Amino acid sequence: MQELWQALVQAVNLIVSLDPEVIEISLRSLYISAASILIAALFCIPMGALIHFHDFKGKRVVINVIQTFYSLPTVVVGLFVFLFISRSGPFGGLELLFTPAAIIIGQVILIMPVLTGMAIGALSGVDKAIRDTAISSGASSTQAMRAILFEARFAVVGALILGFGRAISEVGAALMLGGNIRGYTRVLTTAISLETQRGELVLSLALGIILIGIAMVVSVIMNILLQRY
Amino acid sequence: MKSLVVYRVHRVSITILIACLLLGTILAGCAPAATPPAATGQPSADNKSAQATAFPVIPGTPRFKIATTTSLYDTGLWNYLEPMFEKKANVKLDIVYAGTGAALEYGKRGDVDALVVHDPEAEAKFIADGYGINRRSFAFNHFLIAGPAGDPAGIKGLPPEQAFKKIYEAGKADPTKVKFISRGDNSGTHSKEKLIWQAAGLKYEDVQKSGPWYVEAGKGMGPCLLMASEQGAYILADISTFLAYKGKVNVAPLIEQGDLFLNVYDVMAINPEKVKTAKMLPTANTFINWLMSDDVQNTIATYGVAEYGRPLFNPLKGGGCTEPGCPKLADYTVPVK
Repeated sequence: MQELWQALVQAVNLIVSLDPEVIEISLRSLYISAASILIAALFCIPMGALIHFHDFKGKRVVINVIQTFYSLPTVVVGLFVFLFISRSGPFGGLELLFTPAAIIIGQVILIMPVLTGMAIGALSGVDKAIRDTAISSGASSTQAMRAILFEARFAVVGALILGFGRAISEVGAALMLGGNIRGYTRVLTTAISLETQRGELVLSLALGIILIGIAMVVSVIMNILLQRY
Repeated sequence: MKSLVVYRVHRVSITILIACLLLGTILAGCAPAATPPAATGQPSADNKSAQATAFPVIPGTPRFKIATTTSLYDTGLWNYLEPMFEKKANVKLDIVYAGTGAALEYGKRGDVDALVVHDPEAEAKFIADGYGINRRSFAFNHFLIAGPAGDPAGIKGLPPEQAFKKIYEAGKADPTKVKFISRGDNSGTHSKEKLIWQAAGLKYEDVQKSGPWYVEAGKGMGPCLLMASEQGAYILADISTFLAYKGKVNVAPLIEQGDLFLNVYDVMAINPEKVKTAKMLPTANTFINWLMSDDVQNTIATYGVAEYGRPLFNPLKGGGCTEPGCPKLADYTVPVK
């Protein structure tokens, strides 16, 4: 258990000394996960709204399917995307395998169900009375929808943070699609996995602490922004 | 009235969705689309379009991808050699860490341009099937059998095949005392292990199914050594990884002599005529010749001396490899074209 303390000290050391490799890996992790969550959000929040505001046959089934995919294993996503973007796969010509873009694709697919499902949940959580009040007080449907989205903002941001967390903490897809190439596709989780394999347990733990630190900073910033508006 | 509202809300959200889809496509598309796929597949045209998408990329530097056996990575040798090659060939060298089995699969799919592996039989098949060309050897070391210092199966000093037989019998008799960690990942080391079981007169399938003493880890060399250390198990390891992990693991070398223990590291290019997507043959050839060059051979001869008191790998240059099974002179001196 002594390792935990050493790891904490080393994590602080790595951050304070601005260790170039650790900074680079951390920034890459942040960049890849942020890109994934942004792209996924662009699709999923409107998709969630579409499903929520529209009554259609089989809506429950669609929601059930989406919720089932919450448990999509990261390695399965990795393998699936791998077969598509491998040079001998259908999108091989794009030369995407073993690049950061490949990791982003995998992570987007991974977090899409969570984000869509959470967006539906967020909108459902808004009191029906708000919508009715808005409409009865003469708001157009666009205005009513905006009012509902606004009321749901806390839950939506919660969903974004959850999606970001799933992206930055997953290792299966990042390893299989990025290849853990030093200086190019190595992110915090794959670095932790490699250093653990090498028996550098303290360094691994330190990187883990840095990862948690990044997640904390992101969540705090999101919440501060949220409270402003 | 209500349905009308629902309909309008629906229409607005569809509009938003379409707008977002478009935006998303543009965003996602612009990065890779900026580099049109090199459709020609000419082996002579080095792949300049592989400079791919994202941070931190130096535009214009092609990326040359290789898959390498885990031992060369776990020992840190690649970290050391990588910048040397990048400077020499003016490419970004992307190293994917994979056991020989996985590396050959990446090669077949054309996902890498060259392979560094150590499984003579699998390599021969790979080449016979037309996937690999220009194979050369560039380094060698030996395997060893390590285990708990107490040596509960009593194998110290035996020939490897007899030792395996003894571990098998003792493990079957009492799996709490005697365990064996197998890589179990179709790596070169795993192939060597199967060869030794065969030499011991045992069928590999029987060994696999003979009980809990036989542990298939499915991990790289370093992780398996850590596992053997945790479980007090026997293990077949290459001496280089063993040395690099010596301070971290609690297993002792028990057998270091044996005809079957020779381990030769080979490099080869992916054949662009068979694997249409392999486009960097010229760079792969440069890479192969570079590994045989005095520069690299001398580096290999000294790598690890300061830290471990002896080199981790042996270069082939100078004819240091003299036992049966060593590569022929031409296999490590004649440059490829």
